[in-house]
Amino acid sequence: MTTESNSVPVLEVHDLVRHYRLPRESLFAEPGHVFALNGVTFEIHKGKSFGIVGESGCGKSTLARNVMALEPTDSGSVKILGKEVVGLSFDQLRPLRQHFQMVFQDPYGSLDPHHNVGRIVAEPLAALGAISKAERESRVHDVLLSVGLKPQDVSKYPHEFSGGQRQRIAIARALITHPELIVADEPVSALDVSVQAQVLNLLKDLQDEFGVTYMFISHDLAVVEYLCDEVAVMYLGEIVEKGRTEDLFETPAHPYTRILLDAVPKPGSGQKRERIKLKGNVTGQTEQRVGCAFQDRCPMAQDVCREIKPPLSPVAKDHLAACHFSDSMTEKR
Amino acid sequence: MSLLNVKDLSVILATNEGPARAVRNLSFRLNRGETLGIVGESGCGKSMAALALMGLLPEQSETLGEIKLDGQNLLEKSDAEMCQIRGNRLAMIFQEPMTSLNPVHTVGHQIMEPLRLHRNMSENEAKAEVLRLLDRVGIPNPKERIDNYPHQLSGGQRQRVMIAIALSCQPDILIADEPTTALDVTIQDQILELIQTLVREEGMALILISHDLGVISENTDNILVMYGGCAVEAGGTAQIFEELIHPYTQGLFAAMPKLGRARGGRLVTIPGTVPDLMGLPMGCTFTDRCPLATEVCRNTPPPIVEVKPLQFVACHHLDEARTRKTEELFS
Amino acid sequence: MSKDRSLSFINRCRRSRSFVVGGAMTAFLLMCAIISLFWTPGSAYDITIANRFLPSSANHWLGTDQFGRDIASMLMTGTQNSIVVAVVAVSIGLFIGVSLGLLASAKRGWTEEIIMRLSDFSFAFPAILSAIMLTAILGPGGVNSILAIGLYNIPVFARLTRGTANSIWAREFVMAARASGKGRLRITFEHILPNILSIIIVQATILFAIAILAEAALSYLGLGTQPPEPSWGRMLNEAQTLMFLDPMQAIYPGLAIAIAVFGLNLLGDGLRDILDPRLSRKR
Repeated sequence: MTTESNSVPVLEVHDLVRHYRLPRESLFAEPGHVFALNGVTFEIHKGKSFGIVGESGCGKSTLARNVMALEPTDSGSVKILGKEVVGLSFDQLRPLRQHFQMVFQDPYGSLDPHHNVGRIVAEPLAALGAISKAERESRVHDVLLSVGLKPQDVSKYPHEFSGGQRQRIAIARALITHPELIVADEPVSALDVSVQAQVLNLLKDLQDEFGVTYMFISHDLAVVEYLCDEVAVMYLGEIVEKGRTEDLFETPAHPYTRILLDAVPKPGSGQKRERIKLKGNVTGQTEQRVGCAFQDRCPMAQDVCREIKPPLSPVAKDHLAACHFSDSMTEKR
Repeated sequence: MSLLNVKDLSVILATNEGPARAVRNLSFRLNRGETLGIVGESGCGKSMAALALMGLLPEQSETLGEIKLDGQNLLEKSDAEMCQIRGNRLAMIFQEPMTSLNPVHTVGHQIMEPLRLHRNMSENEAKAEVLRLLDRVGIPNPKERIDNYPHQLSGGQRQRVMIAIALSCQPDILIADEPTTALDVTIQDQILELIQTLVREEGMALILISHDLGVISENTDNILVMYGGCAVEAGGTAQIFEELIHPYTQGLFAAMPKLGRARGGRLVTIPGTVPDLMGLPMGCTFTDRCPLATEVCRNTPPPIVEVKPLQFVACHHLDEARTRKTEELFS
Repeated sequence: MSKDRSLSFINRCRRSRSFVVGGAMTAFLLMCAIISLFWTPGSAYDITIANRFLPSSANHWLGTDQFGRDIASMLMTGTQNSIVVAVVAVSIGLFIGVSLGLLASAKRGWTEEIIMRLSDFSFAFPAILSAIMLTAILGPGGVNSILAIGLYNIPVFARLTRGTANSIWAREFVMAARASGKGRLRITFEHILPNILSIIIVQATILFAIAILAEAALSYLGLGTQPPEPSWGRMLNEAQTLMFLDPMQAIYPGLAIAIAVFGLNLLGDGLRDILDPRLSRKR
């Protein structure tokens, strides 16, 4: 695969903001807000896999829905193949949708139980407008083969498949329009380990075969490390660290990344290892704070962290972190 | 004598399509202060085995074999006796702390209930004990939290409350069924650490059930690997990870993406899917997905062989499984 | 649809006892109605005072009433009436109510608010009272009673549809359809409706039973089907004064109503079991 770092990125997200309004608690109280995305910026180049990791409530699923233009964005820009999609109407978006597709987490909930596989897989072709029946059938046939299902499966219904096979159906659906970008929101978290490996290998093979670009959302760092070229770590609606996978996992420059990596249990490593521990839970999605988003849980937090918000700035080539002390973080290792 | 001695435990569930053997001839021992990890994928029977220990299996099921707690067979106990044992000697925490707690009662009330019931404490004694327990499980400001309802707590805190309830009657054995699967990694870390500390300090025995080899590896002394209702490999944790022998254990370990391993390689995959209890062969349950399987595997249950001191493997093709590399096996 | 899929559907139908019993009772009533179009054992209309209060015999299976009309024939002809009223009334409610519910759920916002508040408002009036009011205004008669019962069914269907449709809108496969560029109208017909259909069908059978009861009640009050058309409700009404003279005259139409309501409720229960996708998971 040729690297085209100069060409237009497949996905460019710039300063994306999304706040949800909570229902009023009483008639006279100001309604609260959930600050789900607070200015997220990144870009993904063709044929690459970009991983987004973070714990529940960090805004990663909101990010997926906004990139997919499935809900209104408050401000910022999302460009797919150089075309702005924020602000377009649903009808204006339709012809663009063939370029970006999505795979969901729950292989049971993401397939309509009343539709057969052929109909499910062919669904995104709706965006292409008129298409002949023969063309549709041949595309379904091809795409089922490429995800490792049998073409005869078209007339079966989702309940006749296991979780892993259902996820293959979902991937086939995302592939059928030959999209440039596939947004995968926790596509393997609901699967058993032995089946998860099959699906991960399939995603890799499809990338090699079709040159598709992935935006891969997961809470599982090992899965992201396996699949992704680049990673962004999110915390409370912000990217706190971003870089090439090997750099970021070897020399994390943000304490949160370090703590996440340390918290992952490692099989065969014997009993507990030494590590930094994290106190408290992810909270504070409903308040906008001054200073660093991670200040309440950070073991290194100083006064400056409570006053000045650290910008996402370079610590090495292609490696950015939003921490006042990222230099000392990278030195420590 | 072991604290818990399970021998030839089988659980047969009545389903629409006939009886399904959810657990087959499971045997293990557990001593005071020991931790045992049961690992396996969905449908391997690990949760059913736990429920059988607790006497909490669904009505339409049959349990065979022996579960001896201090020499007394729990399967012969009446419902009322089991109730006493569940409160005082065995305690269990589940995967979903939200559904295990009653949403209409305060957490204080829910911890107090077993104290009053099983330990005959007065209102004031019980309240003091609840505060102590909440503090013990690491909930900040227990005095305020005592009046909170489950929905006001975070997932990690709810699991802490569940642990406090489990601890309230000072059980001998704590059974934790996927206690951290619904939680984030950093919270999982806290909860597992809490369980470890409590088990050590209270001198309990722990049965930790998980699908995650990593969680099991870091938190247990002994491991039992289950597949399709059978134990396929068992032994000391450190020892097992030194040499994984059963093809399933090898495959499971190799299929797991691991942090710090070089990118670019491929994961080993076990062909096929996680089995349905109904279609399993009479012999080795792993037959249909095993690269070494032969006709004998399908029809004859494999013998349980003590390969090394205290490492047991149930496989007909031990030598081949040991000499060939995992990548070679599954390719 | 593949052949074995429809086969398994039939098998599932057989397995549900309430579906079989309810279906048989409903089929029996339907047959009575159809047969009565061509043939009745006696005459449901001829008034022959000489034949009044005859006991049951080969000529008059269930005897005759105070005007000498054949009770069995009146019951059979009355079935037609009940069925027509119920079918039309439920259909009115079904089509308008389901459409409103789907619209509310697809549009959300103000549309949903208005539709739901209106249906709340109509719930504030007891059904049978508003039906009486309406027939009192429009005049008694079959058509008006159908209209009255049908109107009452609209908000029932609207609420149910909107509630279940909202839960389907929240599912991931709907999100997937939106990500495919499908509009709300198309998703409504392709994904929402098929997934809530079973619940609506079940509700329809229950409302069918209620409509039969309502028709009987209105006729009993003289606001429904007008003489000489026989109707179960009016038969009950007329038998009332003769309760002690000839109690069977009241019991027969009462039994007919009971069979219809009970049969349809059983049918609804059975359908709910059969259409539950979880039961079709295993082959």
